[in-house]
Amino acid sequence: MSDPTHLTISELRQLLDDRELSAQELLGLHLERIEAADADVKAFLRLTTAKAAEQAQAADRALRDGTAGPLAGIPMAVKDVLCVKGVETTAGSQILKGFKPPYTGTAVQRLFDAGAVMLGVSNCDEFAMGSSTENSGYFPTHNPWSLDRVPGGSSGGSAAAVAAGEATFSLGSDTGGSIRQPAALCGVIGMKPTYGRVSRYGLIAFASSLDQIGPFARSVEDCALILQTMAGHDPLDSTCADRPNDVTRGLHDGVEKMRLGVPREYFEVEGMEPGVRLAIQKALNTLESAGAELVDVSLPHTDYGLAAYYIIAPAECSSNLARFDGVRYGMSEQDAQNITDAYMRTRRKGFGAEVRRRVMLGTYALSSGYYDAYYLKAQKVRTLIKQDFDDAFANCDAIVSGTSPTVAFPIGSKTQDPLSMYLCDVLTLGANLAGLPGISVPCGMSEGLPVGLQVLTPQWREDIALRVARAYELAADMRVEVALVD
Amino acid sequence: MPLSRDQVRHVALLARLGLEPGDEDFYAEQLSGILRHIDRLQELNTDAIPPTAQVVEVAATLREDEPGQCLTQEEALANAPAAVDGFFRVPSIQEET
Repeated sequence: MSDPTHLTISELRQLLDDRELSAQELLGLHLERIEAADADVKAFLRLTTAKAAEQAQAADRALRDGTAGPLAGIPMAVKDVLCVKGVETTAGSQILKGFKPPYTGTAVQRLFDAGAVMLGVSNCDEFAMGSSTENSGYFPTHNPWSLDRVPGGSSGGSAAAVAAGEATFSLGSDTGGSIRQPAALCGVIGMKPTYGRVSRYGLIAFASSLDQIGPFARSVEDCALILQTMAGHDPLDSTCADRPNDVTRGLHDGVEKMRLGVPREYFEVEGMEPGVRLAIQKALNTLESAGAELVDVSLPHTDYGLAAYYIIAPAECSSNLARFDGVRYGMSEQDAQNITDAYMRTRRKGFGAEVRRRVMLGTYALSSGYYDAYYLKAQKVRTLIKQDFDDAFANCDAIVSGTSPTVAFPIGSKTQDPLSMYLCDVLTLGANLAGLPGISVPCGMSEGLPVGLQVLTPQWREDIALRVARAYELAADMRVEVALVD
Repeated sequence: MPLSRDQVRHVALLARLGLEPGDEDFYAEQLSGILRHIDRLQELNTDAIPPTAQVVEVAATLREDEPGQCLTQEEALANAPAAVDGFFRVPSIQEET
Protein backbone atom coordinates (compact mmCIF):
# COMPACT_ATOMS: atom_id res chain seq x y z
CA MET A 1 0.00 0.00 0.00
CA SER A 2 1.35 3.48 -0.91
CA ASP A 3 1.69 5.97 1.92
CA PRO A 4 -1.94 6.98 2.60
CA THR A 5 -0.89 10.59 3.28
CA HIS A 6 -0.02 10.87 -0.44
CA LEU A 7 -3.28 9.49 -1.81
CA THR A 8 -6.41 11.03 -3.30
CA ILE A 9 -9.90 10.79 -1.83
CA SER A 10 -10.99 8.15 -4.34
CA GLU A 11 -7.91 6.03 -3.66
CA LEU A 12 -8.41 6.29 0.09
CA ARG A 13 -12.08 5.48 -0.22
CA GLN A 14 -11.15 2.23 -1.92
CA LEU A 15 -8.84 1.31 0.97
CA LEU A 16 -11.49 2.26 3.53
CA ASP A 17 -14.19 0.27 1.72
CA ASP A 18 -11.88 -2.74 1.41
CA ARG A 19 -11.10 -2.56 5.16
CA GLU A 20 -7.40 -2.24 4.41
CA LEU A 21 -7.39 0.89 6.50
CA SER A 22 -9.74 2.38 9.09
CA ALA A 23 -10.64 6.05 9.35
CA GLN A 24 -9.02 6.11 12.77
CA GLU A 25 -5.78 4.65 11.38
CA LEU A 26 -5.88 7.19 8.56
CA LEU A 27 -6.29 9.98 11.11
CA GLY A 28 -3.36 8.62 13.12
CA LEU A 29 -1.11 8.60 10.05
CA HIS A 30 -1.99 12.23 9.30
CA LEU A 31 -1.36 13.33 12.86
CA GLU A 32 2.06 11.65 12.63
CA ARG A 33 2.75 13.43 9.35
CA ILE A 34 1.72 16.76 10.89
CA GLU A 35 3.96 16.05 13.87
CA ALA A 36 6.89 15.38 11.53
CA ALA A 37 6.37 18.16 8.97
CA ASP A 38 4.45 21.03 10.50
CA ALA A 39 7.22 22.37 12.71
CA ASP A 40 8.82 23.41 9.40
CA VAL A 41 5.76 24.09 7.21
CA LYS A 42 3.53 25.72 9.84
CA ALA A 43 0.36 25.11 7.86
CA PHE A 44 -1.84 24.71 10.95
CA LEU A 45 -2.71 27.39 13.46
CA ARG A 46 -4.33 24.83 15.76
CA LEU A 47 -5.25 21.17 15.66
CA THR A 48 -8.69 19.85 16.54
CA THR A 49 -7.52 16.38 17.57
CA ALA A 50 -10.44 15.53 19.86
CA LYS A 51 -13.01 16.54 17.25
CA ALA A 52 -11.11 14.57 14.59
CA ALA A 53 -11.03 11.44 16.76
CA GLU A 54 -14.79 11.68 17.29
CA GLN A 55 -15.45 12.17 13.56
CA ALA A 56 -13.09 9.32 12.56
CA GLN A 57 -14.82 7.00 14.98
CA ALA A 58 -18.20 7.94 13.54
CA ALA A 59 -16.82 7.40 10.02
CA ASP A 60 -15.63 3.90 10.92
CA ARG A 61 -19.07 3.11 12.29
CA ALA A 62 -20.73 4.40 9.14
CA LEU A 63 -18.31 2.44 6.92
CA ARG A 64 -19.23 -0.75 8.81
CA ASP A 65 -22.98 0.00 8.69
CA GLY A 66 -22.94 0.84 4.99
CA THR A 67 -24.24 4.35 5.71
CA ALA A 68 -20.95 6.14 4.94
CA GLY A 69 -21.12 9.45 3.10
CA PRO A 70 -18.87 10.21 0.12
CA LEU A 71 -16.15 11.77 2.31
CA ALA A 72 -16.29 9.32 5.22
CA GLY A 73 -13.04 9.35 7.14
CA ILE A 74 -11.22 11.73 4.79
CA PRO A 75 -8.95 14.17 6.68
CA MET A 76 -9.29 17.86 5.88
CA ALA A 77 -7.90 21.21 6.97
CA VAL A 78 -10.21 24.22 7.33
CA LYS A 79 -9.02 27.77 6.67
CA ASP A 80 -9.18 30.04 9.70
CA VAL A 81 -11.99 32.15 8.15
CA LEU A 82 -14.66 29.42 8.29
CA CYS A 83 -16.67 29.23 11.49
CA VAL A 84 -16.85 25.87 13.21
CA LYS A 85 -18.92 25.67 16.38
CA GLY A 86 -16.76 25.62 19.49
CA VAL A 87 -13.47 25.70 17.53
CA GLU A 88 -11.35 28.84 17.94
CA THR A 89 -11.68 30.74 14.63
CA THR A 90 -9.68 33.94 14.27
CA ALA A 91 -9.37 34.90 10.56
CA GLY A 92 -5.62 34.91 11.16
CA SER A 93 -6.09 37.99 13.33
CA GLN A 94 -5.17 38.89 16.88
CA ILE A 95 -8.44 40.83 17.11
CA LEU A 96 -10.38 37.54 17.13
CA LYS A 97 -8.02 35.61 19.41
CA GLY A 98 -10.06 33.25 21.56
CA PHE A 99 -13.26 33.61 19.50
CA LYS A 100 -15.29 30.39 19.45
CA PRO A 101 -18.20 30.59 17.00
CA PRO A 102 -21.60 29.51 18.36
CA TYR A 103 -22.44 27.87 14.99
CA THR A 104 -20.87 26.01 12.03
CA GLY A 105 -21.00 27.50 8.52
CA THR A 106 -22.98 25.75 5.79
CA ALA A 107 -20.09 24.60 3.56
CA VAL A 108 -18.20 23.01 6.45
CA GLN A 109 -21.38 21.47 7.86
CA ARG A 110 -22.14 19.79 4.53
CA LEU A 111 -18.63 18.27 4.48
CA PHE A 112 -19.08 17.08 8.07
CA ASP A 113 -22.42 15.55 7.07
CA ALA A 114 -20.62 13.72 4.23
CA GLY A 115 -18.20 12.22 6.77
CA ALA A 116 -15.10 14.42 6.48
CA VAL A 117 -12.71 14.52 9.46
CA MET A 118 -11.45 17.95 10.52
CA LEU A 119 -7.76 17.86 11.48
CA GLY A 120 -7.43 21.49 12.38
CA VAL A 121 -7.52 25.14 11.42
CA SER A 122 -5.11 26.25 8.70
CA ASN A 123 -3.15 29.48 8.62
CA CYS A 124 -3.95 32.42 6.32
CA ASP A 125 -3.29 36.09 5.76
CA GLU A 126 -5.20 38.18 8.28
CA PHE A 127 -8.85 38.43 7.15
CA ALA A 128 -7.70 36.74 3.90
CA MET A 129 -5.85 39.91 2.83
CA GLY A 130 -2.60 38.97 1.19
CA SER A 131 -0.88 36.72 -1.33
CA SER A 132 1.80 35.07 0.81
CA THR A 133 0.34 34.18 4.25
CA GLU A 134 2.99 36.50 5.70
CA ASN A 135 0.18 38.79 6.93
CA SER A 136 -1.03 36.15 9.37
CA GLY A 137 -1.34 37.66 12.83
CA TYR A 138 0.34 34.53 14.22
CA PHE A 139 3.23 33.31 12.02
CA PRO A 140 4.04 32.82 8.34
CA THR A 141 3.54 29.45 6.63
CA HIS A 142 6.41 27.98 4.58
CA ASN A 143 6.21 26.43 1.13
CA PRO A 144 6.74 22.65 1.44
CA TRP A 145 8.70 22.67 -1.85
CA SER A 146 11.21 25.18 -0.52
CA LEU A 147 10.94 26.26 3.09
CA ASP A 148 12.47 29.71 2.59
CA ARG A 149 9.63 30.58 0.19
CA VAL A 150 6.00 31.60 0.69
CA PRO A 151 3.14 29.18 0.00
CA GLY A 152 1.12 31.96 -1.61
CA GLY A 153 -2.01 33.31 -0.04
CA SER A 154 -4.24 34.12 1.43
CA SER A 155 -5.17 30.42 1.90
CA GLY A 156 -1.48 29.45 2.19
CA GLY A 157 -1.91 27.08 5.14
CA SER A 158 -4.63 25.11 3.35
CA ALA A 159 -2.51 24.75 0.18
CA ALA A 160 0.65 23.84 2.11
CA ALA A 161 -1.17 21.24 4.22
CA VAL A 162 -2.26 19.32 1.10
CA ALA A 163 1.15 19.76 -0.58
CA ALA A 164 2.99 18.47 2.50
CA GLY A 165 0.81 15.37 2.97
CA GLU A 166 -0.71 16.78 6.15
CA ALA A 167 -4.31 16.69 4.84
CA THR A 168 -5.99 14.93 1.91
CA PHE A 169 -7.94 18.06 1.07
CA SER A 170 -8.64 21.46 2.51
CA LEU A 171 -10.88 24.49 2.27
CA GLY A 172 -9.97 28.02 1.35
CA SER A 173 -11.68 31.24 0.35
CA ASP A 174 -10.93 33.20 -2.82
CA THR A 175 -11.58 36.96 -3.08
CA GLY A 176 -8.93 37.87 -5.68
CA GLY A 177 -7.06 34.59 -6.15
CA SER A 178 -6.63 33.35 -2.59
CA ILE A 179 -7.32 29.71 -3.52
CA ARG A 180 -5.91 29.50 -7.06
CA GLN A 181 -2.63 31.36 -6.44
CA PRO A 182 -1.51 29.31 -3.38
CA ALA A 183 -2.62 26.14 -5.20
CA ALA A 184 -0.30 27.12 -8.07
CA LEU A 185 2.61 27.99 -5.77
CA CYS A 186 2.27 24.76 -3.76
CA GLY A 187 1.66 22.40 -6.69
CA VAL A 188 -1.89 21.32 -5.80
CA ILE A 189 -5.33 21.77 -7.37
CA GLY A 190 -7.47 24.67 -6.16
CA MET A 191 -10.84 25.93 -7.32
CA LYS A 192 -12.90 29.06 -6.90
CA PRO A 193 -16.56 28.41 -7.80
CA THR A 194 -18.98 30.82 -9.47
CA TYR A 195 -20.06 33.60 -7.11
CA GLY A 196 -23.20 32.19 -5.48
CA ARG A 197 -22.40 28.49 -6.01
CA VAL A 198 -21.37 27.85 -2.39
CA SER A 199 -23.05 29.42 0.62
CA ARG A 200 -20.97 32.03 2.43
CA TYR A 201 -22.88 31.52 5.68
CA GLY A 202 -20.22 31.13 8.36
CA LEU A 203 -17.44 32.64 6.23
CA ILE A 204 -15.87 35.64 7.99
CA ALA A 205 -16.49 38.29 5.34
CA PHE A 206 -13.70 40.18 3.59
CA ALA A 207 -15.32 41.57 0.40
CA SER A 208 -18.86 40.28 0.13
CA SER A 209 -19.36 40.75 -3.62
CA LEU A 210 -16.16 38.80 -4.39
CA ASP A 211 -15.70 36.10 -1.70
CA GLN A 212 -16.26 32.42 -2.48
CA ILE A 213 -15.35 29.24 -0.59
CA GLY A 214 -13.60 26.46 -2.52
CA PRO A 215 -11.46 23.32 -2.23
CA PHE A 216 -7.80 22.32 -2.48
CA ALA A 217 -7.28 18.73 -3.64
CA ARG A 218 -4.88 16.24 -5.22
CA SER A 219 -7.01 15.24 -8.22
CA VAL A 220 -9.59 16.97 -10.38
CA GLU A 221 -12.12 14.26 -9.50
CA ASP A 222 -11.58 14.94 -5.78
CA CYS A 223 -11.98 18.66 -6.40
CA ALA A 224 -15.30 18.06 -8.20
CA LEU A 225 -16.55 15.79 -5.42
CA ILE A 226 -15.78 18.30 -2.66
CA LEU A 227 -17.37 21.15 -4.61
CA GLN A 228 -20.46 19.08 -5.35
CA THR A 229 -20.79 18.26 -1.65
CA MET A 230 -20.57 21.91 -0.56
CA ALA A 231 -22.57 23.53 -3.36
CA GLY A 232 -26.22 24.39 -3.52
CA HIS A 233 -28.89 26.69 -2.24
CA ASP A 234 -28.84 27.76 1.37
CA PRO A 235 -31.63 29.83 2.92
CA LEU A 236 -28.99 31.36 5.21
CA ASP A 237 -27.19 33.12 2.31
CA SER A 238 -29.47 35.13 0.03
CA THR A 239 -26.73 35.35 -2.64
CA CYS A 240 -26.39 31.56 -2.83
CA ALA A 241 -28.25 30.58 -5.98
CA ASP A 242 -30.99 27.99 -6.22
CA ARG A 243 -29.62 26.19 -9.28
CA PRO A 244 -29.01 22.59 -10.31
CA ASN A 245 -25.86 21.16 -8.77
CA ASP A 246 -24.32 19.82 -11.98
CA VAL A 247 -20.62 20.50 -11.51
CA THR A 248 -19.51 16.91 -12.20
CA ARG A 249 -21.41 16.62 -15.50
CA GLY A 250 -19.22 15.35 -18.35
CA LEU A 251 -16.10 15.34 -16.16
CA HIS A 252 -14.37 12.64 -18.21
CA ASP A 253 -15.60 13.73 -21.66
CA GLY A 254 -12.28 15.30 -22.71
CA VAL A 255 -11.51 18.45 -24.72
CA GLU A 256 -11.93 17.12 -28.26
CA LYS A 257 -13.30 19.96 -30.43
CA MET A 258 -13.39 22.30 -27.48
CA ARG A 259 -12.31 25.90 -28.12
CA LEU A 260 -9.85 27.17 -25.52
CA GLY A 261 -9.25 30.92 -25.49
CA VAL A 262 -5.72 32.18 -24.91
CA PRO A 263 -5.85 35.82 -23.74
CA ARG A 264 -2.76 37.58 -25.04
CA GLU A 265 -2.89 40.18 -22.24
CA TYR A 266 -2.45 37.42 -19.64
CA PHE A 267 0.92 36.51 -21.17
CA GLU A 268 2.23 40.06 -21.14
CA VAL A 269 1.55 41.09 -17.55
CA GLU A 270 4.21 42.82 -15.51
CA GLY A 271 6.66 40.43 -13.85
CA MET A 272 5.72 37.32 -15.86
CA GLU A 273 8.63 34.91 -15.49
CA PRO A 274 9.97 33.23 -18.66
CA GLY A 275 9.99 29.82 -16.93
CA VAL A 276 6.31 30.19 -16.04
CA ARG A 277 5.43 31.27 -19.58
CA LEU A 278 7.27 28.24 -20.95
CA ALA A 279 5.46 25.80 -18.63
CA ILE A 280 2.09 27.29 -19.61
CA GLN A 281 2.95 27.09 -23.31
CA LYS A 282 3.78 23.39 -22.88
CA ALA A 283 0.48 22.82 -21.07
CA LEU A 284 -1.41 24.51 -23.91
CA ASN A 285 0.38 22.26 -26.40
CA THR A 286 -0.68 19.24 -24.35
CA LEU A 287 -4.31 20.37 -24.44
CA GLU A 288 -4.02 20.91 -28.19
CA SER A 289 -2.63 17.38 -28.62
CA ALA A 290 -5.63 16.13 -26.64
CA GLY A 291 -7.90 17.58 -29.31
CA ALA A 292 -8.66 21.12 -28.16
CA GLU A 293 -8.51 24.05 -30.52
CA LEU A 294 -6.56 27.05 -29.20
CA VAL A 295 -7.97 30.43 -30.20
CA ASP A 296 -6.67 33.93 -29.53
CA VAL A 297 -8.92 36.05 -27.36
CA SER A 298 -8.49 39.50 -25.88
CA LEU A 299 -9.31 40.89 -22.44
CA PRO A 300 -8.51 44.52 -23.22
CA HIS A 301 -9.20 45.94 -19.74
CA THR A 302 -6.78 43.59 -17.96
CA ASP A 303 -4.48 46.52 -17.11
CA TYR A 304 -7.29 48.18 -15.14
CA GLY A 305 -8.39 45.11 -13.17
CA LEU A 306 -5.96 45.55 -10.30
CA ALA A 307 -6.89 49.21 -9.85
CA ALA A 308 -10.63 48.47 -9.82
CA TYR A 309 -10.10 45.55 -7.45
CA TYR A 310 -8.08 47.68 -5.02
CA ILE A 311 -10.98 50.07 -4.68
CA ILE A 312 -13.82 47.56 -4.50
CA ALA A 313 -12.21 45.00 -2.16
CA PRO A 314 -10.91 47.54 0.40
CA ALA A 315 -14.20 49.46 0.28
CA GLU A 316 -16.17 46.32 1.10
CA CYS A 317 -13.60 45.26 3.70
CA SER A 318 -13.76 48.62 5.48
CA SER A 319 -17.50 48.15 5.81
CA ASN A 320 -17.38 44.46 6.82
CA LEU A 321 -14.62 44.97 9.38
CA ALA A 322 -16.56 47.71 11.16
CA ARG A 323 -18.09 44.94 13.28
CA PHE A 324 -14.78 44.31 15.08
CA ASP A 325 -15.36 46.82 17.82
CA GLY A 326 -14.27 44.98 20.98
CA VAL A 327 -17.83 44.84 22.32
CA ARG A 328 -19.30 41.46 21.42
CA TYR A 329 -16.23 39.28 20.86
CA GLY A 330 -12.48 39.28 20.46
CA MET A 331 -9.86 41.71 21.69
CA SER A 332 -11.10 44.65 23.71
CA GLU A 333 -9.28 47.67 25.08
CA GLN A 334 -11.72 48.74 27.76
CA ASP A 335 -9.36 51.12 29.48
CA ALA A 336 -10.69 54.08 27.51
CA GLN A 337 -12.29 57.45 28.18
CA ASN A 338 -15.31 56.81 26.02
CA ILE A 339 -16.67 54.36 23.47
CA THR A 340 -14.98 55.96 20.44
CA ASP A 341 -11.63 55.86 22.18
CA ALA A 342 -12.24 52.18 23.03
CA TYR A 343 -13.03 51.36 19.38
CA MET A 344 -9.93 53.19 18.15
CA ARG A 345 -7.56 51.55 20.61
CA THR A 346 -8.99 48.06 20.10
CA ARG A 347 -8.81 48.26 16.31
CA ARG A 348 -5.34 49.81 16.23
CA LYS A 349 -4.02 47.06 18.48
CA GLY A 350 -5.97 44.14 17.03
CA PHE A 351 -5.52 44.67 13.28
CA GLY A 352 -2.18 44.13 11.54
CA ALA A 353 -0.57 46.57 9.10
CA GLU A 354 -2.10 45.22 5.86
CA VAL A 355 -5.63 45.13 7.27
CA ARG A 356 -5.27 48.69 8.60
CA ARG A 357 -3.92 49.82 5.23
CA ARG A 358 -6.95 48.38 3.43
CA VAL A 359 -9.47 49.68 5.97
CA MET A 360 -7.95 53.15 5.51
CA LEU A 361 -7.96 52.86 1.71
CA GLY A 362 -11.56 51.62 1.63
CA THR A 363 -12.79 54.24 4.07
CA TYR A 364 -11.10 56.94 2.01
CA ALA A 365 -12.63 55.61 -1.25
CA LEU A 366 -16.11 55.65 0.29
CA SER A 367 -15.76 58.96 2.10
CA SER A 368 -17.79 62.03 1.24
CA GLY A 369 -16.52 63.74 -1.91
CA TYR A 370 -14.53 60.76 -3.21
CA TYR A 371 -17.24 58.15 -3.77
CA ASP A 372 -17.86 59.01 -7.44
CA ALA A 373 -14.17 59.29 -8.33
CA TYR A 374 -13.22 55.97 -6.78
CA TYR A 375 -15.95 53.52 -5.81
CA LEU A 376 -18.48 54.34 -8.51
CA LYS A 377 -15.71 54.55 -11.13
CA ALA A 378 -14.37 51.13 -10.06
CA GLN A 379 -17.86 49.61 -10.26
CA LYS A 380 -18.16 50.91 -13.83
CA VAL A 381 -14.78 49.48 -14.76
CA ARG A 382 -15.98 46.23 -13.24
CA THR A 383 -18.74 46.26 -15.86
CA LEU A 384 -16.12 46.67 -18.61
CA ILE A 385 -14.07 43.76 -17.26
CA LYS A 386 -17.12 41.53 -17.09
CA GLN A 387 -17.97 42.58 -20.65
CA ASP A 388 -14.43 41.57 -21.76
CA PHE A 389 -15.06 38.04 -20.48
CA ASP A 390 -18.54 37.88 -22.06
CA ASP A 391 -17.03 38.89 -25.41
CA ALA A 392 -14.21 36.33 -25.08
CA PHE A 393 -16.61 33.52 -24.17
CA ALA A 394 -18.66 34.29 -27.28
CA ASN A 395 -15.71 32.82 -29.14
CA CYS A 396 -14.46 30.03 -26.81
CA ASP A 397 -15.62 27.50 -24.21
CA ALA A 398 -12.95 28.26 -21.63
CA ILE A 399 -10.02 30.62 -21.10
CA VAL A 400 -6.60 29.14 -20.28
CA SER A 401 -3.60 30.99 -18.85
CA GLY A 402 -1.09 30.95 -16.05
CA THR A 403 -2.47 31.27 -12.52
CA SER A 404 0.41 33.35 -11.12
CA PRO A 405 3.02 35.32 -13.08
CA THR A 406 5.73 33.90 -10.83
CA VAL A 407 6.67 30.78 -8.90
CA ALA A 408 6.80 30.94 -5.08
CA PHE A 409 8.94 33.89 -4.00
CA PRO A 410 11.29 34.15 -1.00
CA ILE A 411 9.70 34.99 2.35
CA GLY A 412 10.13 38.71 3.05
CA SER A 413 10.82 39.70 -0.56
CA LYS A 414 7.56 41.63 -1.16
CA THR A 415 6.45 42.71 2.30
CA GLN A 416 7.84 46.25 2.09
CA ASP A 417 6.06 47.13 -1.17
CA PRO A 418 2.31 46.48 -1.05
CA LEU A 419 1.81 47.08 -4.77
CA SER A 420 4.34 44.36 -5.72
CA MET A 421 2.40 41.94 -3.52
CA TYR A 422 -0.92 43.00 -5.07
CA LEU A 423 0.48 42.23 -8.55
CA CYS A 424 0.58 38.52 -7.59
CA ASP A 425 -3.18 38.43 -8.21
CA VAL A 426 -3.22 40.10 -11.60
CA LEU A 427 -4.21 36.88 -13.45
CA THR A 428 -6.77 35.71 -10.90
CA LEU A 429 -8.75 38.73 -9.72
CA GLY A 430 -10.59 39.22 -13.02
CA ALA A 431 -12.58 36.07 -12.30
CA ASN A 432 -13.70 37.49 -8.95
CA LEU A 433 -14.72 40.82 -10.47
CA ALA A 434 -16.74 38.93 -13.12
CA GLY A 435 -18.07 36.22 -10.75
CA LEU A 436 -16.54 33.41 -12.85
CA PRO A 437 -15.40 29.98 -11.70
CA GLY A 438 -11.70 29.17 -12.06
CA ILE A 439 -9.43 26.25 -11.32
CA SER A 440 -5.65 25.99 -11.02
CA VAL A 441 -3.91 22.70 -11.83
CA PRO A 442 -0.18 21.98 -11.54
CA CYS A 443 1.54 22.03 -14.94
CA GLY A 444 5.20 21.36 -14.32
CA MET A 445 8.02 23.21 -12.65
CA SER A 446 10.13 26.29 -13.17
CA GLU A 447 13.34 26.74 -11.15
CA GLY A 448 12.37 23.59 -9.25
CA LEU A 449 9.08 25.12 -8.08
CA PRO A 450 5.50 24.35 -9.16
CA VAL A 451 3.63 26.31 -11.86
CA GLY A 452 -0.17 26.43 -12.11
CA LEU A 453 -2.41 26.40 -15.21
CA GLN A 454 -5.63 28.39 -14.77
CA VAL A 455 -8.89 27.52 -16.52
CA LEU A 456 -11.73 30.08 -16.40
CA THR A 457 -15.25 29.49 -17.71
CA PRO A 458 -18.56 31.35 -17.88
CA GLN A 459 -20.64 31.64 -14.73
CA TRP A 460 -22.18 28.33 -13.58
CA ARG A 461 -19.95 26.31 -15.93
CA GLU A 462 -17.70 24.70 -13.32
CA ASP A 463 -18.38 21.51 -15.27
CA ILE A 464 -16.37 22.82 -18.23
CA ALA A 465 -13.50 24.08 -16.07
CA LEU A 466 -13.29 20.70 -14.32
CA ARG A 467 -13.56 18.85 -17.61
CA VAL A 468 -10.65 20.81 -19.15
CA ALA A 469 -8.61 20.32 -15.98
CA ARG A 470 -9.38 16.59 -15.97
CA ALA A 471 -8.40 16.32 -19.65
CA TYR A 472 -5.10 18.06 -18.90
CA GLU A 473 -4.46 15.83 -15.87
CA LEU A 474 -4.97 12.78 -18.05
CA ALA A 475 -3.08 13.97 -21.13
CA ALA A 476 -0.09 15.22 -19.13
CA ASP A 477 -0.18 12.20 -16.81
CA MET A 478 -0.17 14.78 -14.01
CA ARG A 479 -0.22 13.58 -10.44
CA VAL A 480 -0.12 15.96 -7.50
CA GLU A 481 3.00 15.03 -5.61
CA VAL A 482 3.57 15.41 -1.92
CA ALA A 483 6.59 17.56 -1.19
CA LEU A 484 8.84 15.72 1.20
CA VAL A 485 10.07 17.96 3.92
CA ASP A 486 13.32 16.42 5.20
CA MET B 1 -3.14 62.58 -5.66
CA PRO B 2 -1.00 62.24 -2.51
CA LEU B 3 -2.77 62.09 0.83
CA SER B 4 -2.02 64.80 3.37
CA ARG B 5 -1.51 64.10 7.07
CA ASP B 6 -4.77 65.96 7.78
CA GLN B 7 -6.61 63.64 5.44
CA VAL B 8 -5.02 60.61 7.10
CA ARG B 9 -6.22 61.83 10.51
CA HIS B 10 -9.74 62.43 9.15
CA VAL B 11 -9.97 58.99 7.50
CA ALA B 12 -8.55 57.24 10.58
CA LEU B 13 -11.28 58.81 12.69
CA LEU B 14 -13.96 57.74 10.19
CA ALA B 15 -12.51 54.20 10.26
CA ARG B 16 -12.23 54.25 14.07
CA LEU B 17 -8.56 53.36 13.83
CA GLY B 18 -6.28 54.81 16.48
CA LEU B 19 -3.06 56.45 15.34
CA GLU B 20 0.27 55.72 16.93
CA PRO B 21 3.51 57.65 16.42
CA GLY B 22 4.67 57.17 12.84
CA ASP B 23 1.28 55.98 11.56
CA GLU B 24 0.39 59.23 9.79
CA ASP B 25 3.51 59.18 7.64
CA PHE B 26 3.18 55.42 7.05
CA TYR B 27 -0.38 55.71 5.72
CA ALA B 28 0.26 58.93 3.80
CA GLU B 29 3.18 57.37 1.94
CA GLN B 30 1.74 53.90 1.33
CA LEU B 31 -1.78 54.97 0.43
CA SER B 32 -0.47 57.64 -1.92
CA GLY B 33 1.58 54.97 -3.75
CA ILE B 34 -1.46 52.71 -4.15
CA LEU B 35 -3.68 55.63 -5.21
CA ARG B 36 -1.13 56.56 -7.90
CA HIS B 37 -1.71 53.13 -9.44
CA ILE B 38 -5.47 53.38 -9.00
CA ASP B 39 -5.58 56.75 -10.75
CA ARG B 40 -5.14 54.95 -14.08
CA LEU B 41 -8.90 54.27 -13.89
CA GLN B 42 -9.41 57.93 -14.83
CA GLU B 43 -7.97 57.15 -18.30
CA LEU B 44 -11.16 55.27 -19.13
CA ASN B 45 -14.26 57.10 -20.27
CA THR B 46 -17.08 55.41 -18.36
CA ASP B 47 -19.81 58.04 -18.79
CA ALA B 48 -22.13 55.60 -20.57
CA ILE B 49 -21.23 52.52 -18.53
CA PRO B 50 -23.56 51.34 -15.76
CA PRO B 51 -21.91 50.25 -12.50
CA THR B 52 -21.87 46.58 -11.47
CA ALA B 53 -22.63 45.97 -7.81
CA GLN B 54 -23.72 42.35 -8.10
CA VAL B 55 -22.14 40.16 -10.80
CA VAL B 56 -24.52 37.25 -10.66
CA GLU B 57 -28.19 37.61 -11.39
CA VAL B 58 -29.94 36.21 -8.38
CA ALA B 59 -33.53 37.11 -7.63
CA ALA B 60 -33.93 38.49 -4.14
CA THR B 61 -34.94 35.46 -2.15
CA LEU B 62 -36.51 35.98 1.22
CA ARG B 63 -37.41 33.05 3.36
CA GLU B 64 -40.70 32.90 5.23
CA ASP B 65 -40.61 35.10 8.30
CA GLU B 66 -41.16 32.32 10.78
CA PRO B 67 -39.73 32.34 14.28
CA GLY B 68 -37.06 29.71 14.70
CA GLN B 69 -34.31 28.77 17.10
CA CYS B 70 -31.84 31.48 17.95
CA LEU B 71 -28.87 31.85 20.25
CA THR B 72 -29.59 31.82 23.95
CA GLN B 73 -28.50 34.85 25.96
CA GLU B 74 -25.71 32.75 27.42
CA GLU B 75 -24.46 31.71 23.96
CA ALA B 76 -24.67 35.27 22.65
CA LEU B 77 -22.57 36.52 25.55
CA ALA B 78 -20.11 33.61 25.61
CA ASN B 79 -17.50 35.52 23.58
CA ALA B 80 -18.09 38.90 25.21
CA PRO B 81 -14.93 40.58 26.52
CA ALA B 82 -17.04 42.00 29.36
CA ALA B 83 -20.62 41.18 30.31
CA VAL B 84 -22.73 42.39 33.21
CA ASP B 85 -26.19 41.12 34.19
CA GLY B 86 -26.84 39.64 30.75
CA PHE B 87 -25.62 42.71 28.85
CA PHE B 88 -22.47 43.59 26.93
CA ARG B 89 -20.48 46.06 29.01
CA VAL B 90 -19.00 49.07 27.18
CA PRO B 91 -17.30 52.29 28.24
CA SER B 92 -19.52 55.35 28.65
CA ILE B 93 -21.34 56.23 25.44
CA GLN B 94 -22.53 59.66 26.58
CA GLU B 95 -20.02 62.31 27.56
CA GLU B 96 -20.33 63.44 31.17
CA THR B 97 -21.39 67.04 31.46
